[in-house]
Amino acid sequence: MSTMSPMMAILSRDLRLASRRPAEALLPVVFFVVAASLFPLGVGPEAATLKQIAPGIVWVCALLSSMLSLNSMYASDYADGSLEQMLISQLSGIELAAAKCIAHWLMTGVPLLLVSPLLGLLFGLSWEAIGLMAFGLLLGTPILSLMGGMGAALTLGLRNSAVLILLIVLPLCIPVLIFGAGAVSAAESGLSPAGHFYLLGAMFLLSALGAPVATAAALRISV
Amino acid sequence: MVWNSASDFFAMGGYGLYVWGSYGVTAACCWSLCWPRAGTVPPCRRWRIWKMNKVKQT
Amino acid sequence: MKKLPRLFTFAAPKTFYRLATVTGPWLYAIAAAFAIWGLYVGFFVAPTDATQGDSYRIIFIHVPAAWMSMVLYMAMAGWAAFGWAANARLASMMARAIAPTGAAFTFLALWTGAFWGKPTWGAWWVWDARLTSELILLFLYLGFMALVEAIDDVRRADHAGALLAIVGAVNVPIIYFSVRWWNTLHQGSSISMTAAPKMAHTMLLSMLLMTVAFWAYAFAVVFMRARAVVLEREIGADWVQALAHKK
Repeated sequence: MSTMSPMMAILSRDLRLASRRPAEALLPVVFFVVAASLFPLGVGPEAATLKQIAPGIVWVCALLSSMLSLNSMYASDYADGSLEQMLISQLSGIELAAAKCIAHWLMTGVPLLLVSPLLGLLFGLSWEAIGLMAFGLLLGTPILSLMGGMGAALTLGLRNSAVLILLIVLPLCIPVLIFGAGAVSAAESGLSPAGHFYLLGAMFLLSALGAPVATAAALRISV
Repeated sequence: MVWNSASDFFAMGGYGLYVWGSYGVTAACCWSLCWPRAGTVPPCRRWRIWKMNKVKQT
Repeated sequence: MKKLPRLFTFAAPKTFYRLATVTGPWLYAIAAAFAIWGLYVGFFVAPTDATQGDSYRIIFIHVPAAWMSMVLYMAMAGWAAFGWAANARLASMMARAIAPTGAAFTFLALWTGAFWGKPTWGAWWVWDARLTSELILLFLYLGFMALVEAIDDVRRADHAGALLAIVGAVNVPIIYFSVRWWNTLHQGSSISMTAAPKMAHTMLLSMLLMTVAFWAYAFAVVFMRARAVVLEREIGADWVQALAHKK
């Protein structure tokens, strides 16, 4: 136990805590499926329309579901004081932020990623499109977790933090949405999705390098 | 640019709605931003008296 | 040591308050004067455009508003960052004062753009790169205002807002370069530092005059709002109490 790196320790702790409440951990996935299923009911079941709007819907619902579980990222640790202890200790704030983001992605992003082909089938997408969408989500959901972690740290302990996180993080994640959904649309219309994926990859690298630093700074401000 | 008449000026060659819709909203925004309002008002006399009373209460 | 450095004289809320009070009316006057001059040139000197007719005259408020929206965001982020880094209260108060004006100019840029786009492009709105990134800028302003208002602890609010403003500052270059990086419906830049402007001189003159007018107006309104913020934040200070009890 003492040989485990601090990041791994925090990561395994978060995962273990989440596994004790599986229902809570899977709520974002349930929301994802339910919200995405509302659109055919509202827009009408015409296959061609659904196929066209499917990438956008799946991406928007993935975005919103990721944001749902964000305010609990640091909240329970903040409430019982362990967050303060972690920040005072020799643990680097950046490591803490990175570990929390990875934990959030494993708990929320990966399940969303695994369920997205099911939604793709519901909307009548081709297997190729589903694959492109899943690859885009693979690149995009970590970005959502990283940016969301920063939003969660900024709004720690506030009254209406859930809505505030949405308002703060969504504008910053709009490019992810544009390029992720755009990749599938581009492939559907015969263009290459490579450019979109390159940009998604670039955004992933940028946020992987920058977001933990910003989150650590935000934690020091908020605590 | 010489306008033949006032009605020509307001019509703006058929684009009157768009031009005056833009300028009107701009003027409204600029005016409402600098109009004295609670919380953003400059310390005119009435505001100062109100604040003084508020301070006395606390 | 007779002459002390005066670089940070106006970093004290009290001296800044006096400065803002004195310069306020002058700034409004400058704004009005340049606006009148600019609108006169724009409406009575500049000719009708060959392709767009008279609808192009929206440019005299659209472009200055868009420029101001970006400049004010960078100013807001800069002051907020300075307030965070140097723990300077007044800098953070300045950032808070700038935000609503910046958001208003962003809204005006989008609104006048839509009213200009309808007769020229046929659509009130298109989701191209420049319009989308300007819309994101509006959301960033609103997010900043929401965050600083939601946090009760003032210093935490200042610093959290600074972080958010800095992270969002990456959007401003994207707006600026979007017409160069993407195939957008929005036209490219007609004015550059290295080449002659591609528009008639009277139109350019009017646009630049309106830019100065908007800038002076922004200064005036931001100073006025900053005065109110200073009074609210420094309510316990002697000089504020003295002000309130005067007359």
